[in-house]
Amino acid sequence: MGKYVIKRIIGIIPLLVVVSFIVFLFIHLIPGDPARLIAGKEATVKEIQAIRHELHLDEPIFQQYLIYMDGLLHGDFGESIKSHIPVMHLIGERMLPSIELSLLSMGWALVFGILIGVLSAVFKNRWPDYGGMVTAVSGISLPNFWLGLVMIQLFSVQLGWLPTGGADSWKGYIMPSIALGAGIMAMIARFTRSSLVQTLKEDFIRTGRSRGLSSMTIVFGHALKSSLIPVVTVAGLQFGFLLGGSVVVETVFSFPGMGRLLIDSIQLRDYPVVQAELLLFSFEFILVNLVVDLLYGFLNPKISYET
Amino acid sequence: MYDLLNVKGLKTAFKNNNQRVSVVNGVDFGINKGEIVGIVGESGCGKSVTSLSIMRLLHDTTGDIQDGKVTFKGENLLDLSERSMRKIRGKEIAMIFQEPMTSLNPVMKIGKQLMQGIILHLKYSKEKAKKHAIDTLKSVGIPRAEDIMNEYPHQLSGGMRQRVMIAIAMSCEPELLIADEPTTALDVTIQAQILELMKRLQSDRGTAILMITHDLGVVAEVCDRVIVMYAGRVVEEASVDELFESPRHPYTKDLIESVPKIGERKSRLYSIPGHVPNPNQMPNGCKFAPRCQHAMEICFNKEPELTSEEKRKHRCWLYQQNNVGREQNLGSK
Ligand SMILES: Nc1ncnc2c1ncn2[C@@H]1O[C@H](COP(=O)(O)OP(=O)(O)OP(=O)(O)O)[C@@H](O)[C@H]1O
Ligand SMILES: [Mg+2]
Repeated sequence: MGKYVIKRIIGIIPLLVVVSFIVFLFIHLIPGDPARLIAGKEATVKEIQAIRHELHLDEPIFQQYLIYMDGLLHGDFGESIKSHIPVMHLIGERMLPSIELSLLSMGWALVFGILIGVLSAVFKNRWPDYGGMVTAVSGISLPNFWLGLVMIQLFSVQLGWLPTGGADSWKGYIMPSIALGAGIMAMIARFTRSSLVQTLKEDFIRTGRSRGLSSMTIVFGHALKSSLIPVVTVAGLQFGFLLGGSVVVETVFSFPGMGRLLIDSIQLRDYPVVQAELLLFSFEFILVNLVVDLLYGFLNPKISYET
Repeated sequence: MYDLLNVKGLKTAFKNNNQRVSVVNGVDFGINKGEIVGIVGESGCGKSVTSLSIMRLLHDTTGDIQDGKVTFKGENLLDLSERSMRKIRGKEIAMIFQEPMTSLNPVMKIGKQLMQGIILHLKYSKEKAKKHAIDTLKSVGIPRAEDIMNEYPHQLSGGMRQRVMIAIAMSCEPELLIADEPTTALDVTIQAQILELMKRLQSDRGTAILMITHDLGVVAEVCDRVIVMYAGRVVEEASVDELFESPRHPYTKDLIESVPKIGERKSRLYSIPGHVPNPNQMPNGCKFAPRCQHAMEICFNKEPELTSEEKRKHRCWLYQQNNVGREQNLGSK
């Protein structure tokens, strides 16, 4: 197991190299000349040339990539074209709130999603099931910005319980995490339900009952674990997306997250920032995938870690 | 009256498209302490449903028990609350199923599955339960019992898994073990070993066994008494010797006839003509009449009662007293 994890982590390295190259290529294929943008409208050709040279834009693209990677390996992501603040610093102050918000959204989406899913499966085709599935469908179909606006109207404007936005205290995380988590919770609830309904038909459930186990033990002690594989799959995928930040929800709650930083830097053609963010997202996604794979092995002992 | 289990007029129906279909229809039989009783019959005749009804394990299906009594040690199980019933299941009456591949939880270690019941029913501490679990595994002939405690079902062969199932069933020393085709999914040598094991458990511990099977070979091998079922009814009951020596019901005769015998060359295996009636289109009268070589007029009109003849029972007009057709039909075969 420990060996397997190390092997997988080493396996990530070539993947990262390929991804970074693709990201790099993409950014450089986007029309528009960063040197011209930096120099401004009135700049002479000579000035632009100078900036080009300084940014190594006059080198062949592969050379540029190597220079960039060399910087990365030394912890240098370059600096913002616009503000000249180091990219590390820009991302650094956005990353933590984004990760916290993602964890919170995912956390309660998992807890409530699984709970609703279990209730729906156990009381299949009875009112807890209908109630749960109505909640789930609403969660999927309500746009999250609308949910955000309604919550702001209710809890901030009318009741004054929560701040309308920002990430200054934990209270600022409550509403955005609900807005982001609602859809995911709904998805998790539906996956849990359908998977658990399937598992409850299995022979070993009947064996469990024939041994006098209570419904509680059967559902939580026997059936749930076998039912969680599809749930872990969606949850992992959704968590990957969450880490990338949500522009809409961050805008509604003026939350200082990664999503807005990305959109802002794309609009400003701030290539170094965009590039670093995309790399980071890829890295996070790969990491989440690794965790999901490890969870598969935990949930299904037939999946061996050997090869 | 039998001193362990008495099933009387058991009736179980399933709901299909808002229509109730009785698949077990007035089943009567009993088991004494330490006895091995077989239930035989073609596929679909209601053997499994009968055993699930005794255990009241129809939760996850559309079936429910409509009528009858299941008296276990003087107590009607059908009157018990679900909570009291859970104390019977696994402790007083244990069950093993046909498919050892799917009857164990694939994602839980054998040891944990085994200990769960021991802790629940015998209220042992964890260490004591573990020791008891290992002892039970050894008693059903599992080598390296300690290692197997930490393994998952998929790491074991089919025969080993069925031994584990038996260990789980026997771990709380039940008085009755219901085995629903425990050897059907296994190959012949393993099958013989498992039957041997069950016989040994019965003689060592005095556990009564209800052996459900459609294999008359299994019945001949292990059972003391046999119940033959057809279309949700008991059609004959006799001791094993009597049944094979002088079967009464034509269905039983056909069943025995259809068992291939070693050393006997036949151009074609005998199979009973026709097929089992669909539960929602049961014929009037005797349910076997349409397939019966000896059927008389009355067989199509009126269903015979289960009638005692000394120690055996049968449900057939050929043997009913005051039956006009008796003489002419008895000798006809
Ligand atoms: N869950 C269920 N829902 C609806 N009908 C069922 C269900 N289980 C069994 N039945 C019906 O009950 C009848 C008896 O089934 P049962 O499983 O008891 O047969 P069996 O004698 O055990 O046969 P086999 O030898 O194939 O195991 C069949 O006609 C079957 O279609
Ligand atoms: Mg069956």
